[in-house]
Amino acid sequence: MTLNRRAFIGTGAAAATVLSAPMLGAQGKPRVVVVGGGAGGATAARYAAKDSDGAIDVTLVEPTRAYYTCFFSNLYIGGFRDLSSIGHSYGTLASDFGVNVVHDWAVGIDRDAKTVSLAGGAVLPYDRLILSPGIDFVDDAVPGWSVAAQNKMPHAYKAGSQTELLKAQIEAMPEGGLYAMVAPPNPYRCPPGPYERVSMVAHLLKEINPTAKILIADPKAKFSKMALFQEGWQKHYGGMIDWIGPDFGGGNVSVNPDEMNLDIDGVVENVDVCNVIPAQKAGRICEMAGITEGNWAPVVPATMQSRMDENIHVLGDSTNQGDMPKSGYSANSQAKVAVMAIRGALTGSRVFPAKFSNTCWSLINTDDGVKVGASYQATDEKIAKVDGFISQTGEDSALRKATYEESLGWYAGITEDMFG
Amino acid sequence: MTKGRVVFACIFAVIGWPVMAEEIGNAERGKEVFNQCSGCHQVGRGAENAIGPHLNGIFGRRAGSVGGDYRYSKGLERAGNDGLEWHLDTLDAYIENPKALVSGTRMSFRGIKKPQDRADVLAYLRIYSDNPQNIPEADPTALPPEVDLPDEVLALAGDPAYGEYLSSECKTCHQADGNDDGIPSITNWPEEDFIVAMHAYKRKLRPHPVMQMMAGRLSDEEIAALAAYFAEIE
Repeated sequence: MTLNRRAFIGTGAAAATVLSAPMLGAQGKPRVVVVGGGAGGATAARYAAKDSDGAIDVTLVEPTRAYYTCFFSNLYIGGFRDLSSIGHSYGTLASDFGVNVVHDWAVGIDRDAKTVSLAGGAVLPYDRLILSPGIDFVDDAVPGWSVAAQNKMPHAYKAGSQTELLKAQIEAMPEGGLYAMVAPPNPYRCPPGPYERVSMVAHLLKEINPTAKILIADPKAKFSKMALFQEGWQKHYGGMIDWIGPDFGGGNVSVNPDEMNLDIDGVVENVDVCNVIPAQKAGRICEMAGITEGNWAPVVPATMQSRMDENIHVLGDSTNQGDMPKSGYSANSQAKVAVMAIRGALTGSRVFPAKFSNTCWSLINTDDGVKVGASYQATDEKIAKVDGFISQTGEDSALRKATYEESLGWYAGITEDMFG
Repeated sequence: MTKGRVVFACIFAVIGWPVMAEEIGNAERGKEVFNQCSGCHQVGRGAENAIGPHLNGIFGRRAGSVGGDYRYSKGLERAGNDGLEWHLDTLDAYIENPKALVSGTRMSFRGIKKPQDRADVLAYLRIYSDNPQNIPEADPTALPPEVDLPDEVLALAGDPAYGEYLSSECKTCHQADGNDDGIPSITNWPEEDFIVAMHAYKRKLRPHPVMQMMAGRLSDEEIAALAAYFAEIE
């Protein structure tokens, strides 16, 4: 029975799932609409439905039927995970938690009428709206690159087909070829992500193409877990990886996707694979809703409410909130705080002090895992760091292996916490 | 550890506990106390692994690392990988209540409740550890003033609704279905075990930076609230 229902709601056409809303008994209940079914949005939808015990009508708008997590997508590139193991469907949110899952694009928000309009034509009214749309790329951030060129020069910074494409390109590199990465400026999604990716690309190349080289052009003088990555690169991939920081022109880069070359501070390099990770901004729906300031959406730390509209909460990568890194873990943590505040406002449930936390694990090589993390609290101005930790250089292999195994446990735990 | 804090004078001196927390205890008396351990553990010349690992050289040793073919519980092995080392403070916490320090340990021992007895038996074990015994840097040095929890902390009535909210942070990593691959399970814990374990993290007796950080910012009331919530769910 569950299976049938799950299959129906999880894979049914958008129109069918919209029509199913009244069957869930929506009449007269407060309505929460969540836009974006990633780490923040899926968690928010699940917790809003679960913790309100049906007292809130929850609709999740997400265009894709299978969500591939950005976290662990580098492990797919390195050959440590297959793609299906990082894919998740929304079936359980619908069948076990009663979330009304609508596979469609949100294309407009009317803040006065408090409605979200969808590409398919439906209009969803809300009492509270949660926006968790992730990132989009800043236009012309890397001269020569645009989304139209993403098949020639993939970003692979939204997981799924882009990740598959990048891996296929790396596997097809000629012997002794060159993989280049254009790293993004701060702030961006998953601070250690580009460097874990380089580690995983190196791991893959060492196995299939050991004379290949890796070049990173980086506008940042320092990056997340820098000492740990550099130690690991030296240890496992000596001589393979060349990192060019801003002192050597790493911030002055343009690309030519048709010629497959990049220009670093006037020096042109022909490359076999060019992984361009451009500068980032809040998912475009935030801009369309008029709640951004600069590239991001500022929020009230204690509730994750937009500073422009108290009926809209923003989660995860799109926010400008203070000290938390843009990560899936952060989005998950922020979702729980936002839902608690929303339940308090809509159903009168108790509201407790906001607590946030984050940990980012990265894999450098087989059984060589590292992590960084911190706890946070809400102040008036920002989400402020309270305490933190980071793996140390020179740790023994047993600890690094335990850290990697811990990351596997975390992945299982957090994806269950998001998707049920 | 705790370099140059205290001179370890004479392990056979009979010194009051905890008046002089610097000294371990009375090793002679500790030999008697050790009788309740000797069914499983051997110590001294020719000691071998038996039901439990031998205890020669236990001070300064990483947990779960005795060598030979001794097979530890998953919990103890994990604690060792996380960086738990046997020093006076960690051993004291462990023999007071093994489960408070290492969840899932196979050492089924109710614990030694009297601080004096623990001090004495540790003084006795200390004889069989290699490090020089009578210089300031040598392990042991001093015990932290207190590792057991006051009754009023254990007796705090937790608020399960608050605990439910706080628990959402735990579930980011600990799987709700009780699966314990890579990260230990936290379902089905007796309330008191949960409380002492969290306080052991808070005081950084248990290793693991994430848990030390998470527990470190929880108040006594918040730990009680979490325990009350977890005790309510099956």
